[in-house]
Amino acid sequence: MSAFTPVGLPPKTTLSEPREIVQRKTKGRPHYGTHVFLIVMSIVWLVPLGWAIFTALRPRVDTNKYGYFSFGGSFNLDNFVTAWNQGGFAKLLMNSAIITVPTVILTLFFASMMAFAVSRFSWKFNITLLIMFTAGNLLPPQSLAAPLFEMFKHFELPYWMSDSGSLLNTYTSVIAVDTAFQIGFCTFVLSNYMKALPVELSEAAVVDGASVWRQYYGIIMPLTRPAFAALGTLEVIWIYNDFFWPLLFIQSGDRLPLTTGLNNLQGQFISNYNLLAAGAMITVIPTLIIYLLLQRQFVAGLTLGANKG
Amino acid sequence: MRLSRRDRVVLTLMVVIPTLIQMVFIWIPMVLSVLLSFVRWNGLAFDNIRPAGLSNYQYIFQDYPGFWPAVQHNILWLLFLGVIATPIGLLLAVLLDQQIRGSRIYQSIFFAPVMLSLVLIGVIWQLFYSRDNGLLNYLLGTSGTPNAVDWFGDPNINIWAALIAATWRHAGYVMILYLAGLKGVDSSLKEAAAIDGANAVQIFFRVVLPVMKPINIVIVIITIIESLRAFDIVYIINRGTNGLELLSALIIQNLVGEGQVIGVGSALAAILLVISLVPIIIYLARTFKKED
Repeated sequence: MSAFTPVGLPPKTTLSEPREIVQRKTKGRPHYGTHVFLIVMSIVWLVPLGWAIFTALRPRVDTNKYGYFSFGGSFNLDNFVTAWNQGGFAKLLMNSAIITVPTVILTLFFASMMAFAVSRFSWKFNITLLIMFTAGNLLPPQSLAAPLFEMFKHFELPYWMSDSGSLLNTYTSVIAVDTAFQIGFCTFVLSNYMKALPVELSEAAVVDGASVWRQYYGIIMPLTRPAFAALGTLEVIWIYNDFFWPLLFIQSGDRLPLTTGLNNLQGQFISNYNLLAAGAMITVIPTLIIYLLLQRQFVAGLTLGANKG
Repeated sequence: MRLSRRDRVVLTLMVVIPTLIQMVFIWIPMVLSVLLSFVRWNGLAFDNIRPAGLSNYQYIFQDYPGFWPAVQHNILWLLFLGVIATPIGLLLAVLLDQQIRGSRIYQSIFFAPVMLSLVLIGVIWQLFYSRDNGLLNYLLGTSGTPNAVDWFGDPNINIWAALIAATWRHAGYVMILYLAGLKGVDSSLKEAAAIDGANAVQIFFRVVLPVMKPINIVIVIITIIESLRAFDIVYIINRGTNGLELLSALIIQNLVGEGQVIGVGSALAAILLVISLVPIIIYLARTFKKED
């Protein structure tokens, strides 16, 4: 069984009878050439990451003494500790959580309602709206940067609410725009998923006198859970990885999330590659946890979005 | 289906709230982006806004030094992803779709960069490419000599170095999508072709690839859109200057910092917007064609 089972595809085509014959035939063949090629490619693929980890694990004094390309000296986690403290990672990580958690919850909440209304009911502009939602998600974010920046700058707020006197330099600005951008994609994916649920479900619910809210919350939402798991995982990674919106809206370094903060750390640690490498590897940790635990969900989310067509 | 009054209100709210969010943060800014491209403004008070006609566009096309290099780089980005990165991803998918030992491990390796942020990818490759301390110069034997190459700093080659870093991620992404697509290919088609005497290469190009046409189109569109959205890697390297100009980076250079030129930035944004809408509309037209 392969690691990746896309939720969006019909499973029936995988195990028809002729295929099994082919499998038996090809299993006898050892695929030496393929393995050699794949191993070479794997090494090429792992080298940049491996080099970063290797550099991060070596103390600065040792690399100065022996050179970066050497195995002399000791290996330890000191750079990680130093980078964590000097880079203020605790704060940056906290900021990432403050932005990512509400964004993913709001996105899935709004997208699920919209997807439900679009896919389970037929009304005049439902497809038009769905198309416009999907289109928005595909635009280059930079093409909307100027108006959004100016809108937020001229949106005056009392100073007790925002120390910039506007929406700039607030978590809210990033959460709002990230949510808006991701709603489009999630609505598209969820509406495809909900459309595939049998109509009889809704008909039976109506006969039983269930309200619209009850149909959404009690019937459709529980059945959409696999899609939520996949999309939720995907969105956590995407929002955590988002570089651009915090870069545009947030000026104070201590309010940046980790991914955008890495930009500043790069300047701060530029003369010490060991620290830079360690700092970069720290930002991988949240991703690594999801990679190890929820890789399947992430992949399912990616293929859910692309296999419709 | 007849709905009660209360159901109507609930359903309306379900549609109106997300639609308002889209309107305020995406659709209206999209229109404003185009409108702002016809004015001269420093971003301060609204009464400083002056009509500028087409002068922002005229400036961009005739005098702005970064514009044509950026257009070339965006096209190069598209070609490189399309001709190098996407076929690598397809090849990996085809090899891994066979029942070979360790397929799952290989997949995890090639897929790993897809989960990393592009900023992190920029930093990782910077460590690899660095002139004095990078691995690549050591491997080439140029480290510490005058021949050492500054892969991200040299304006003649840094775009290629950045493209290789981008490929590292894009190929894994394409691999995942094709692996899903290949599972949907009916194996009896391959069987029939094999019985007719077709070899593996012929089966792939004459049978498998045509059957995967829908996913091929999705991947072409994704590649186009990705190359128009490319930003993070070049921005983290040098803010998108000195050989790494891209349209997206030029927009931001005009919006942040001291001399804010909202009009010029918006004109660049409007150009990028119009170019992006072409693949987006093609994609949406295909996707939603069957629905109505």
